[in-house]
Amino acid sequence: MSIKTEEMVLNMGPQHPSTHGVFRLKLHVSGETITKAEPVMGYLHRGSEKLAEGFIYTQFIPYTDRLDYLNAMTNNYVYCAGVEKLLGWEIPERAEYLRVITMELNRIASHLVWWGTYLLDIGALSPFLYAFKDREIVLDRLNEISGARMTFNYMRVGGVKWDAPAGWIEKVQETVKQISESIEMFNTLVTGNEIFQSRTIGVGKLTKEQVIDWGLSGPIARASGVNIDLRKTEPYSIYDRFDFDVPVAEEGDAYARYKVRIAEIRESIKIVEQACSQIPAEGEIIHKKGARIMMIKPPAGEAYTRAEASKGEIGVYVVSNGKTKPYRVKLRRPSFVNVAILQDLLVGASIQDVVAIFGSLDVVLGEVDA
Amino acid sequence: MELVYIILYAVITLAVLLGAVTYAILFERKVIGYMQLRPGPNRHGPWGMLQTVADVMKLLMKEDIIPKNADKKVFILAPIIAFVPSFAIFASISWSDNIYGADLNIGLLYFIGISSITTLGVLMGGWSSNNKYSLLGAIRGVAQVISYEIPLVLSVLGVVILVGSLNFRDIVYYQESIGMWLIIPQFLAFVVYMISAIAELNRSPFDLPEAESELVSGYHTEYSGFRFAFFMLAEYVYAYAIAALATTLFLGGWLGPAFLPGIVWFFLKMSVIVFFWFWLRATLPRARVDNLMRFGWKVLIPLALLNIVITSIIKVWMG
Amino acid sequence: MSQEVLDLVTEKVHSFLGEEVLAYEEPEPPEEPREEEEKPKRKKKEEPKPERPASLNFGQPMIILNTEHWSQALAEMLRDDEELQFDFLSCVTGVDYPEHMEVIYNLYSTVKDHYLYVKVKTSREEPAVASSEPVWKAGDYMEREIYDLMGIEFPGHKNQKRILLADDWEGHPLRKDYVTDKKALGLD
Repeated sequence: MSIKTEEMVLNMGPQHPSTHGVFRLKLHVSGETITKAEPVMGYLHRGSEKLAEGFIYTQFIPYTDRLDYLNAMTNNYVYCAGVEKLLGWEIPERAEYLRVITMELNRIASHLVWWGTYLLDIGALSPFLYAFKDREIVLDRLNEISGARMTFNYMRVGGVKWDAPAGWIEKVQETVKQISESIEMFNTLVTGNEIFQSRTIGVGKLTKEQVIDWGLSGPIARASGVNIDLRKTEPYSIYDRFDFDVPVAEEGDAYARYKVRIAEIRESIKIVEQACSQIPAEGEIIHKKGARIMMIKPPAGEAYTRAEASKGEIGVYVVSNGKTKPYRVKLRRPSFVNVAILQDLLVGASIQDVVAIFGSLDVVLGEVDA
Repeated sequence: MELVYIILYAVITLAVLLGAVTYAILFERKVIGYMQLRPGPNRHGPWGMLQTVADVMKLLMKEDIIPKNADKKVFILAPIIAFVPSFAIFASISWSDNIYGADLNIGLLYFIGISSITTLGVLMGGWSSNNKYSLLGAIRGVAQVISYEIPLVLSVLGVVILVGSLNFRDIVYYQESIGMWLIIPQFLAFVVYMISAIAELNRSPFDLPEAESELVSGYHTEYSGFRFAFFMLAEYVYAYAIAALATTLFLGGWLGPAFLPGIVWFFLKMSVIVFFWFWLRATLPRARVDNLMRFGWKVLIPLALLNIVITSIIKVWMG
Repeated sequence: MSQEVLDLVTEKVHSFLGEEVLAYEEPEPPEEPREEEEKPKRKKKEEPKPERPASLNFGQPMIILNTEHWSQALAEMLRDDEELQFDFLSCVTGVDYPEHMEVIYNLYSTVKDHYLYVKVKTSREEPAVASSEPVWKAGDYMEREIYDLMGIEFPGHKNQKRILLADDWEGHPLRKDYVTDKKALGLD
């Protein structure tokens, strides 16, 4: 007599502590080993691209906040930059600096959230709270300048909405100093931990070829030795004025992605520090026509604009027909593209690795589902 | 008359245990809270003293839910099977020189034998829930507990060889007679015991059977209300039992300077061990199944065996 | 540099297809739409100027193909050719125009550090564009999304089904003629 065994289909999600939102992984498991993985998404689809077609250009900015709500500044930026490209506008100097400072602060906040939640996924409780404590200081700064903690709606076509309040730049300098001290503590607490390393080293290995083939970007790509950081390779805004490194690792596993992100926080701090010392004390913060939102009518044309978000390459393809509303806005969301690799990456992993791998991709569901 | 004493002792132990567990949970939450830069529960009563009471009240008043496709009898039986042994082992613990339940000759054997029944409750709960996460949690739990029971028992054997008795009171008296706690001659055994105990109790970093981020809640995913409370209770009571065993075997039981009564020393030592577990929980990430198994079989068991060999040689050499 | 890339791509595509699909006859260069937007009414003539099939779009090369010219073999050529090496598919966009539909592939070469827009035109009645998924895996989800939201078929895609919307959703919301049933969605 032979024992009949059957493959088990395990639905991880849509409601599951580790899917960071409403995301479903249909896992075929034999024991605890995954034989097939199928990501199911769309539970959070709000039709952002459709909505864009019904709004004038400026009205769509708050919707970009809600894509990757952990890194909304870059979303704001890339959309505005996309429209500005069609308009051919020059952005005032001070506005560019404010954009860079807020984007980099937001990147720090986003990586901190990732750091905390990733360790929570792996089973360490405390780092989550340490990370959120530090993130809160960063969000305070962003709150002071934009009036919101997460959905900033700060940038405008042609510049930014608000100037920095008095003393804000000094406060930012203080904040990044604090963060860089915390990073040291994080390293002591987690990076060298034996159990943490055994959970992440060699887990979810991605080769350089896979990364390029699947169109992966951001820290995931850089952890596999693909040295592409749009801030360096295709300097947008005023990133060419700052001196910073692009952290790259060769191993391509979850631990490499961890290291790259931690190093990226340090680089962002460097950029913020430089921007804070270079920023002109006075000046316009928005293009002279930018404030008159009904007048934003890009000439007919289309362009793809991309920027480096904390999750990877965020892009926007804007098609204009010369009217006040965009004809088509396509959003290239890094998480959406990155999440596709799960089909390949999870096969052969164990259920415990699923959490470690999925977490290491740093996926935000608001962005996956648009 | 004896029967009355037995019943009275059991009831008092249960009452004390329930109280102890209530405050153990508060203690855990407070300790972890402070380690995580937050105050922990502080709304119910002064210093959050009534938080767990409120939690238990809530659990008891909840609707009793049994999933439709669950194996009903097994489902109901599982929490009881999990809880009863963890409580029963307290009969053999000797709290102080004169406060004890049963003075068993085979105290240690009884303790280890009875405590392994708890695993059965875990397996039954996970299996009968008819839930994939529960099943995975239960399988992990059983595999882990069985694997780690071996080093646990082997590590204790060193103490038995030295003392020459399985009786808990004899073990403490022996420590009194040689003038030192057995943690010193049996340090290796103590380390192996503590690590295995964490796995045995499913506590972090070896809390795989109920790994929240992977298996939602592991084997008790489908349990709610007072059945869940039973699992929870079993877990904490068992934690106290293992801490009590460690206190007796390695830390000299109730022995301590005379300005405090023996039972207080006993509880203090237990609390230190329990605190150590909370501390680990606040610090460490969760280990992976394969590493956990490898560590148990390839590191802890050989170490425990080595300890037995060394202890035997010393015993023979000392006559 | 972009002009060189454009010339190179044009040449390669021509030699691959064996016909001059990207040739542009009209001598008059298209005027750059760079006028001030405050007075657009002044320019009444707005005659639709013929599109250049190979041009620079905001400094980046763009080629426009018809769907019958676009194939997986052509995509492979773009990826594997020694001088082109467009190995990174950055973005796939679908656009619905009154007369036709378009799929735009934004390619990037991680080796050569150059860009290319490939615009593929297809009909509105039976929109179909050869899938890039077998060539760049990145196309997998992005093409599924376009299929889902715009209803453009991608023959050759290994798993062409809806991705964001429910499997039983009717219609493709990003088409311009899609009627949003506010009642059914509970918005009205």
